Amino acid sequence: MTESQSPQNTSSDKPSWQKSIDLPSERGASRLIMDELLDKLGEHGWASADIFSIHLAAEEAIVNAIVHGNKLSADKKVHVECFVSPTVARIEITDEGDGFKPNEVPDCTQDDRLEVPNGRGVMLIHNFMTRVEYNEKGNHVLMEKVQDA
Amino acid sequence: MAQYRRIGVTNNNDVAIVSFNDKKILDEASIQELGAELFGLVEQHNMGDILLNFTNVEFLSSAALGKLITLDRKVKASKGRMKMCNIRPEIFEVFQITKLNKVFDIRKDEAEAMTAFS
Repeated sequence: MTESQSPQNTSSDKPSWQKSIDLPSERGASRLIMDELLDKLGEHGWASADIFSIHLAAEEAIVNAIVHGNKLSADKKVHVECFVSPTVARIEITDEGDGFKPNEVPDCTQDDRLEVPNGRGVMLIHNFMTRVEYNEKGNHVLMEKVQDA
Repeated sequence: MAQYRRIGVTNNNDVAIVSFNDKKILDEASIQELGAELFGLVEQHNMGDILLNFTNVEFLSSAALGKLITLDRKVKASKGRMKMCNIRPEIFEVFQITKLNKVFDIRKDEAEAMTAFS
């Protein structure tokens, strides 16, 4: 686990924060990073609505990595890297699974799928974050929210 | 009346009004328990109408949305009606993005929902 507060401080802005952590592939493991991430967003001046968005996106992506990526396997980890500054929040999540194709996830807002109980996480991530990128294999996601100017 | 851990239930004119004990509905085990309690309520409260009051809820994950969808289907199957109220803007946005605001009957507050039931 690494953590740093960068000493380069522009104007009165709080220095950026970053942390990387390996999570076990267990349900509920997201809490090992989430509380601290939410605290840091608050400390860096993010509005509560943005914190809600980032929280939801991070939670959905970590759960997907644990459950669908690593399939809850005890010998696999989910690697999470966080970066928070007053204007940018970036979370990168890598699992050890076979990956998935984000554009093959069915659209949950189609009339015939509206009442299907699952499959909404990826859509919420895309709506709540400014930038979302997957690697080709589909076992790594980078998501970033940029503070509205 | 059954004992619940995740919800509180009161009765008003044959409408079961449900409040949530958790501010954040995201933990998988809690969501399973929440689902079981809500589904149990529908079976027990067979004739009926259910109002979910989200006053206390600050956060919910897509897994929780899944339980609400299943609940809505169970209520409709038992010829009841389900409404929701007091949803904060961030959570309402989640419903809008997923278009669940077209599936669920969402009302401003308890008074408006109760009027709609009558």
